[in-house]
Amino acid sequence: MVKETVDKKKIVISPITRIEGHAKVTIFLDEDDAVKDARFHVVDFRGFEKFAQGRPFYEMPSITSRSCGICPVSHLLASAKACDAIVGVTPPATAIMLRRLMHMGQMIQSHALNFFHLCAPDLLLGLDSDPADRNIFGLIEKKPDLAIQGVRLRKFGQEIIERVAGKRIHSSDWIIPGGAKWPFKKEHTDYLLANLPEALDITLKTISMFKGMLSDFEEEVENFGNFPSLYMGLVTEDGGLELYDGNLRVVDQDGKICADQLDPCKYYEFIGEAVEPWTYMKFPYYKPYGYPLGNYRVGPLARLNVAAHCGTPLADEELKEFRKLGKNGVVQSTFHYHYARLIETLFCIETARDLLQDPLLLSEWVTSKGAVNTFEGVGVAEAPRGTLIHHYNVDPQGMITWVNMTIATEHNNLAYNKAVTQVAKKYVKARKLQEGMLNRVEAVIRAFDPCLSCATHAVGSMPLRVELFDSEGRLVDRAIR
Amino acid sequence: MSFLDQDELLVDLARKIKLVYSPIVDTKIFPENVAVTLIEGAVANEEQLAMLKEAREKTKILVSLGDCAVTGNVTALRNTLKDSAQAVLEMAYIDTTEVNPQIPTEVPPLLKKVLPLHEVVKVDYFIPGCPPPAGLINYVLTELLAGRTPNMEGRSKYG
Repeated sequence: MVKETVDKKKIVISPITRIEGHAKVTIFLDEDDAVKDARFHVVDFRGFEKFAQGRPFYEMPSITSRSCGICPVSHLLASAKACDAIVGVTPPATAIMLRRLMHMGQMIQSHALNFFHLCAPDLLLGLDSDPADRNIFGLIEKKPDLAIQGVRLRKFGQEIIERVAGKRIHSSDWIIPGGAKWPFKKEHTDYLLANLPEALDITLKTISMFKGMLSDFEEEVENFGNFPSLYMGLVTEDGGLELYDGNLRVVDQDGKICADQLDPCKYYEFIGEAVEPWTYMKFPYYKPYGYPLGNYRVGPLARLNVAAHCGTPLADEELKEFRKLGKNGVVQSTFHYHYARLIETLFCIETARDLLQDPLLLSEWVTSKGAVNTFEGVGVAEAPRGTLIHHYNVDPQGMITWVNMTIATEHNNLAYNKAVTQVAKKYVKARKLQEGMLNRVEAVIRAFDPCLSCATHAVGSMPLRVELFDSEGRLVDRAIR
Repeated sequence: MSFLDQDELLVDLARKIKLVYSPIVDTKIFPENVAVTLIEGAVANEEQLAMLKEAREKTKILVSLGDCAVTGNVTALRNTLKDSAQAVLEMAYIDTTEVNPQIPTEVPPLLKKVLPLHEVVKVDYFIPGCPPPAGLINYVLTELLAGRTPNMEGRSKYG
């Protein structure tokens, strides 16, 4: 029975800013105003899986990439791979190389965006700095050299995509089932190779700067989503970092491999999904451990935790340093997603250079032709934020009859909720509520780099929120600034 | 994202404007007396509907940015389905879910139809495109800052 006198409180942060997509956070307080629990709510939904039904399968890369403006390339790739499977052909080697190159461009731009445009205001201007200026424009004003480097690194990534596929965002004319529509040009190779050293230099300097700052963030490292979980990511045959192809590996908190070389096309055998009434984002879990114990993380931190090596010299050197931050080489603080993201950026620039220097990239042969030969196709790739899965069924005419998309950001949903709870318990003091406390709750979410537009299979913009509820669940205060 | 694709032009823009409300800015309440607001995306749920109306009320010049805002685009593909909100929700949260299949209730309800901005509020300028080109965003902002009317003829296209 509910008693009127019991003050049941909650704090709601809404919208959560400097992330992609719409979300809010609710922090629940107990009778003594101490933080009891916190929830991460995603408040938008679009329904791609339903409205794609009845459309020709070859439209899917174009339609699904509209989920998102940050990582449309991931959707193009996962979708095209699912379509390749439906056609039953292997794209020519050059088409695969070009797809990989475009993927590297996207990783670079997306990781740069997260680090410089979204998170650097917290890291360099301060978690407690004035919220009115704590953004990329404030960074341009106060640290112009660094902000411009970030803008230029992101631009380099975007230019790779543009040179390969015609435009920076939603370049869906180029990628087609069976490969690509047009080949690459020598002038693009020359242009990108000429600009690559600057991107490499910016990345190396940023890594060095970031490591130099780590001692200022010891408390955040300790408390920002620092908990054991499983980790999942694609790996090569010899267990190396893989972003476009490969099979899945799952490791546990001690670095023990729980499952290896899982066929990602059979994801439904080891990943299940649950729904909670307070969010549009579903909760995937690792089936052998059940829900919610099967909590795993994906994305840069997870990929470096599962991979035996990166496979490029500079990134591998840095990976050795990274491993020292964890037990048995497994790094569990969500704060270190930042570091992992920078190492991956390094890997992607090195990989882009290798691809650009390979003469096979300029072959004219980029399309394998075919028609519908199989009625089911699954396409999987590592998006900037983690494992992305597109799964389609078609009828003999190639019309879509069923779709499931499991999005990178969704895999981390259980982890988001653990992380916001941990940060809220550590920092949020309801009786002396300060803006910087709430910004820390948002900052841990930014470290994961969610893409909620994708996660809700929706086209959208970007909020997260804090509200204060009493123990009866009544809204008492809304933390807004 | 296209807004950020202005690259180095962002640095010039930073000197001329104060960005007061945005997904990339930490202000949580839409401020009063805003000179220009660019709004992307179609209107798909109750919260977005309320937010759009609030933005219109507090803004002098409202710009509809991108094909979703201008036409509904891919977001509005669900409008062709019968009882579309229910149909997309059932597919995502019941048909493809193993644990706790249910339609989330403690979230902003979806609208029956996805709407472009101008079906809800008065729109002053339209920048179509999927994505809207960064150069065109910069042109429109530059013209508006100079107190001129942007001439969109021959400059904009869909897709």
